[in-house]
Amino acid sequence: MINGSDTAFVLISAALVMLMTTPGLAFFYGGLVRRKNVLSTMMQSFFLLCLLSVQWVLFGYSLAFGPDIGHFIGSLSWIGLKGVTMAPNPDYAATIPHLLFVTFQMMFAVITPALITGAFAERMKFVSFALFSLLWATFVYDPVCHWVWGAGGWLKLRGVLDFAGGSVVHITSGVSALAAALMLGKRRGFPSEQLPPHNMTYTLLGASLLWFGWFGFNAGSALSANEIAVSAFLVTNTAAAVAALTWLVIEWLSAGKPTVLGGATGAVAGLATITPASGYVSVDSAIAIGILASLFCYTAVVFVKQKFTYDDSLDAFGVHGIGGIVGMMATGLFARKFINAAGNDGLFAGNFAFFQEQALAVGAVILYSVALTYIFLKIIDMLFGLRVNDEEEVMGLDHTQHRESAYTLLD
Amino acid sequence: MKFVIAIIQPHKLDAVMKALDEKEIYLKTVTNVLGCGRQKGISEVYRGVREAGNLIKKVRLEIAVNDIYLDQTIEAIRSAAQSGKIGDGKIFVLDLADCIRIRTGEWGGEAIG
Repeated sequence: MINGSDTAFVLISAALVMLMTTPGLAFFYGGLVRRKNVLSTMMQSFFLLCLLSVQWVLFGYSLAFGPDIGHFIGSLSWIGLKGVTMAPNPDYAATIPHLLFVTFQMMFAVITPALITGAFAERMKFVSFALFSLLWATFVYDPVCHWVWGAGGWLKLRGVLDFAGGSVVHITSGVSALAAALMLGKRRGFPSEQLPPHNMTYTLLGASLLWFGWFGFNAGSALSANEIAVSAFLVTNTAAAVAALTWLVIEWLSAGKPTVLGGATGAVAGLATITPASGYVSVDSAIAIGILASLFCYTAVVFVKQKFTYDDSLDAFGVHGIGGIVGMMATGLFARKFINAAGNDGLFAGNFAFFQEQALAVGAVILYSVALTYIFLKIIDMLFGLRVNDEEEVMGLDHTQHRESAYTLLD
Repeated sequence: MKFVIAIIQPHKLDAVMKALDEKEIYLKTVTNVLGCGRQKGISEVYRGVREAGNLIKKVRLEIAVNDIYLDQTIEAIRSAAQSGKIGDGKIFVLDLADCIRIRTGEWGGEAIG
């Protein structure tokens, strides 16, 4: 039975998640790059919104959520959304139109490949980026989505819990980002030269929009305007706030001053980490999860990256990859049935088996994402090359990939 | 004719402009610049990466003057821009080969105005 308030809520949540890609991620990443690359960075997010919106309704949804094949992928019987109507699909959401579930999930499919763009910022050819993203969305995102959320998906059948996309969105994109960063190589001048963010106000604006949109991402994943949605909303906010404060404290102690970038990054790390746990944990657990998020992500971004000097330019791995992994394991620790009867009890309630399944999911998703990312980038490199040439990189991608200037110096 | 370039602290610009106006030296060009002297600059930190800053914001003032006004100009700038601390800046004096007023086509000392 279609419920009006559930439908209204999920409609708005879908719009909130769309906001996370553009303007959220576009500004968050845009402010972090140099001014000569800001448009190309924002273009990547905007373009993926357009590209994946079409891919999803043509065949992405069918592959991700369609009738199961081998517990690995959905079939193409819902190609072009054939057979998908307003009538609710009880496998997924019993009180909202099936087409609304499609719409809501679409926004997740849109933002996930956009997260990866942070790894290869300021140096990837536009055509290669577009082709890679399309292949990745179809052969990494759609299958993994099926494994964890699709009816018959093998991880779902094993009882793996991922409320809003810790594995499906953050681990897939985060580890693929690391693979991409390593395969594309470092930007010219990294790490010896200074490549500071050109506009920190954009980054803070983007982070704020991400936080706002994340309420749609997490609370909306309840697919109903119910108590789970309320709980998810509150724990999301709590984790984000605690993670931001934790990052600021760590930064104050270790680098000398709390920075705006640190606060924004900490908040996003907290949001990524709470994502899989958001429908299963209490507010107290969310505080702990927020602290863990910043402890691990700060270590990855500041210490590990500097030690190994890989150029994950905008910390897609350090924030989303690590955040997703920590979040999935935190779900295995902190989940409680009294928060969500459809969830499970975690390790801290004595349930080791579930914790193990979470670890299995993390491992499987990492291996698969990295392997396919590697293969796709290798192929595209042979066809088109991945990086712009040295001269184009120095001139900037706005001008060389798009023939545009973000800011005119004269009128 | 002389061309005076002064690099001063940005927060001293108002005082310098006022001092020059009092001496009836009205024609100036002002730009934002980055610069450093013997100070090492201010470093900034982005996600743990310390950017070794060496350049600090300054303001560059450019004024063309006839020789008889040179001393007043320098004195106006120096007294208004001075704070006694490191970073006050410098004034450079160049010989000016010529000066043309675009509107009227006047050359030389009259064009400096």
